Amino acid sequence: MVDLEALEAEALASLAEADDEPALESWRVEWLGRRGRLTAVLRGVRDLPAEERPRVGAGANRLKGSLEEAVSSRRTVLMASSADGPAIDVTLPGRRPPLGSLHPVTLTRRMMERTFRDMGFDVVEGPDVELEEYNFDRLRIPAGHPARDMWDTMWVTDDGSGGPRQLLRTHTSPMQIRYLERRKPPIRVIVPGTCYRYEATDATHEWMLTQIEGLVIDEDLSFAHLKGTLEAFVRRVFGADIETRFRCDYFPFVEPGAELGVRWQGDWLEVLGCGMVHPEIIEDAGLDPERYTGFAFGMGVERVAMLRYGVRDIRHFYRNDIRFLREFEGRR
Amino acid sequence: MDVPLKWLAQYVDWDFSVEELAHRLSMAGAEVESIKRSGGDWEHVVVGRVAAVEQHPNADRLRLATVDYGADELLQVVCGAPNLAQGQTIAFAQVGAQLIDPASRQPRKLRKGKIRGVTSLGMVCSERELGLSDEHEGILELSTDAALGTPLSDVLGDVVLDIKPTPNRPDHFSILGIAREVAALTGGAVNEPPASYPESDVVADERTSVEIEDAEGCPRYTAIVIDGVTVGPSPQWMQDALSSAGMRPINNIVDVTNYVMLEWGQPLHAFDHHILREGRIVVRRARASEHLELLDGSELKLQPDDLVIADAERAVALAGIMGGAESEISDSTTTILLETANFQEASIRRSRARHTEGGTEASRRFEKSLNPELAELAARRAAALIIETAGGTALAGIVDTYPGQVHPPQVVVTQRRIEQILGVQPSVERVRGILSGLGISNRWLPPDRYAVTCPPWRSDIMVPDDVVEEIGRIEGYDNLPSAPLPGAVPDPEIDAERDLGERIRDVLSGLGLREIITYVAVGQDELEAAGDDSASVQLQNPMNAARDRMRTSLRPWGMQTFASNQRQARGPLGLYEVGKTFKARRGQQPTEERMLLALIGGESETSVHGDHGRVLDFYDVKGVMEQLGAGLEVEFGLTPNAEDAALVAGQSANISVRGQQVGVLGRVSALHASRLGVEGDVFALELSITALTPLLRESADVTSPSVYPAAVEDLALIVDASTVSGDLASAIAGNGLVEAVELFDIYTGDQIPAGSKSLAFRVYYRSPDRTLTDRDVEKARRGIVRRLESQFGATLRDS
Repeated sequence: MVDLEALEAEALASLAEADDEPALESWRVEWLGRRGRLTAVLRGVRDLPAEERPRVGAGANRLKGSLEEAVSSRRTVLMASSADGPAIDVTLPGRRPPLGSLHPVTLTRRMMERTFRDMGFDVVEGPDVELEEYNFDRLRIPAGHPARDMWDTMWVTDDGSGGPRQLLRTHTSPMQIRYLERRKPPIRVIVPGTCYRYEATDATHEWMLTQIEGLVIDEDLSFAHLKGTLEAFVRRVFGADIETRFRCDYFPFVEPGAELGVRWQGDWLEVLGCGMVHPEIIEDAGLDPERYTGFAFGMGVERVAMLRYGVRDIRHFYRNDIRFLREFEGRR
Repeated sequence: MDVPLKWLAQYVDWDFSVEELAHRLSMAGAEVESIKRSGGDWEHVVVGRVAAVEQHPNADRLRLATVDYGADELLQVVCGAPNLAQGQTIAFAQVGAQLIDPASRQPRKLRKGKIRGVTSLGMVCSERELGLSDEHEGILELSTDAALGTPLSDVLGDVVLDIKPTPNRPDHFSILGIAREVAALTGGAVNEPPASYPESDVVADERTSVEIEDAEGCPRYTAIVIDGVTVGPSPQWMQDALSSAGMRPINNIVDVTNYVMLEWGQPLHAFDHHILREGRIVVRRARASEHLELLDGSELKLQPDDLVIADAERAVALAGIMGGAESEISDSTTTILLETANFQEASIRRSRARHTEGGTEASRRFEKSLNPELAELAARRAAALIIETAGGTALAGIVDTYPGQVHPPQVVVTQRRIEQILGVQPSVERVRGILSGLGISNRWLPPDRYAVTCPPWRSDIMVPDDVVEEIGRIEGYDNLPSAPLPGAVPDPEIDAERDLGERIRDVLSGLGLREIITYVAVGQDELEAAGDDSASVQLQNPMNAARDRMRTSLRPWGMQTFASNQRQARGPLGLYEVGKTFKARRGQQPTEERMLLALIGGESETSVHGDHGRVLDFYDVKGVMEQLGAGLEVEFGLTPNAEDAALVAGQSANISVRGQQVGVLGRVSALHASRLGVEGDVFALELSITALTPLLRESADVTSPSVYPAAVEDLALIVDASTVSGDLASAIAGNGLVEAVELFDIYTGDQIPAGSKSLAFRVYYRSPDRTLTDRDVEKARRGIVRRLESQFGATLRDS
């Protein structure tokens, strides 16, 4: 009399102890191999009395199936655990692919450019070393004009050739004139670029600064369009709730002239200078100033960057200390 | 410009707070930089009356004052002042007031106190406690009829607005100029100061003359002669006014000239007429080796382009800047010549810079370009005041030499223009009201025009839009409408070079490098240290004499920035800059070239996971270049041995694209690196973005991956040690069936002949349209080997 149930219990108990592939294999040989114990039971069926044969035969076949299934599922379990390895310390530092950074002035300049591009502005650049004529005279700032004092200038040494006087541009405004030389209205352009001032540096002044100049000329544009455009810009840069104000200010190449301020952490801060393009600039470009009007503006990128990132000393930007630059990983 | 409000109030009324006044002036263009209160803030100090006085019960020298300060109840304070008496009007400091401690002279907050057993709930103040003077013998008795409880600052002291004029508004350097702003802002009118005086029968022309030799430097000179003046102190009101505006009173004559300068913005000067040789004035350029002693005692050696006021013989004043010491008003002066002139700003600026530190009140105003029409108005006002304060008689007439006479233009502006520029059309009444408030004479010419004339104290109303600004700023820019931009968006220009710079930034920052932005000014020694000798643009007035030229290379600042960060880096350091360099061109603007410089060095990251730090080398910077090429869809070719003074010859290469050199790559020589402060190895990648831009191609179409299998074979070759592996790889890749080739092993050693090396390539053969047979591959391999044998003398190495 064969006790299939005891056999099954014994086989499963020994299977549970097999914990690698060789042990599984020897278990299989012991139970299911050609001389295996279950194989022996199956072989012995034909020697049983006829009335027992069907019961034992069927039972042993069923047991064979179930042991085969058990070994296969045991193998899956063992494989899974050995392939995935033991538990690890997930709090150890990761292997980090390097993360670079863009300079905060680049980040802020790009953000400002994007904002203007969204409003349909072209983006162009101009020369850093400018002619006096473009930086001053053609912007209605002739030599000896009191307004020249507004820009302390770094001059290029005369090379003795008798060529025109050159300087490091004090603003990106000369590109107003250069762009007007090659384009006709409608004009909608910004000019990012580096500018230079001959002035002592301190926490809020650098002799080198990045400026974005803007020029818009079309038929019948008014101060309302200046306000609408620059308010939209400031909202996008400083948030929809930003409070703005326009104060009268003076720049020789605009009339009326203004300064846009925002209320930032309780104080009014000057963000940009602006105004309606002076009719003489329009006329000098060969356009009819009674038909074409427009506005211009200029602003410092570092100043906006200081507000965006809470930088208190402008001199950090060009010191390029990597402890500072590292702060801009992942920033926009 | 200091504008004391008590002085301002003589000409104009306003009925809002100091803060509101300052705000409105600022918004309209006269920026108030600060509000100063003379005597202190005096918070919690009010006008009070001594209601009763009794003896302190415990101290002989102290008394108790009961003070009425306009509140419901009276307060008792302990007071030691001997002059305290019932009925006095006094300055009463409540608990919490900030006072000057009489002993330490430091500010101190007044607390409730107990003095000899009696509680004191405030203080009756002395001048010292209020910071008004050093007086502390007794309490200050006020002579005011202001209501009890009125803040002391309304009764004593003054508020001064510090206004920063813009260059177009010299009138903002005057109290009257600010008064006109206030009048326009309030819709009020300016109360013009009186300027009339009696004249004698003698005509001034008979006693003096004015000759202008340099009409460009001096467009106008007026002289008034006043006889019989008595020099002495000016009246108290004038002294107070000058002091409140920050000027020191001197004598009645000088004080009037200063007073009128502050009132009108026109500088004046008074000479002792008797000191002037022949009693006459010549305005001329200084003579060679001419000397002049100024009022402040400085001794000037004049230059031929200095404009001077001279008498018949010698210079007596530096025009528009300061008078001379010899002709100054003294106690014995009886006749004065009052100068009210106009000088060219450039001339004043030149002499001021040469002879003074920061200029004078007079030069500051002349440098803003005054209207010559203003001179006569100020001259008459000053003459009237001198006669009022110093007596005397003015000779008849003004000696007025006016070679540069200006005829103020009549500006015609239309209602349509106002609306076109401001986006809104104010009423005719409003426009005229604003202009009249500003003192700008105007006429309405129906149906659409105004005729406007620039007043003498201004010179900035020249074109119609100047008038439009006056309307806009007084209306208030914040009250004007706002609208989005209408119309078509113009076609943008494509700036491929700029775009490429931006792509390079994105790729390199994506590869883990950090962007830096450095200064453009460098020194010659720094350029030499960086191996650059191109012609640089020299700066006439550099910020720093040691860095007196524009960079011709990004290396000096790049390397120094690298050096200064080496200590912070802890691990690999990779920096790059995209920026312009400048090469001088005679007689023209320099060539501006956009460059990339990337610098890497240091040790790769180590980690707890057993990754060992490795010193970065040439192949790390080359890898950056290769990935940059991939990111820009450009193939960089290398030619060994860059011709570059700063790079090590055998560890560097020229970079080219389709045969055009665009940059260099390699190890910076130890000598150059150390001259710029770098310790250890540093590897540079330098590209001209300007040169690279035209070499970029439009992106090619992508190739669809082949569905047929690849055949992979390894090819080990023995070549001469000098053979460049890249050339072999290119030759292998030249076969039409080769999809890719990778170098996977380099061997030199015993198993191959000396002077040679073994290179093992893995070659991937694949066809886009069929499965390759063994014969196809065999044939291709033989072709390749033949080519390598003939071209490079390569032999197959038996493995």
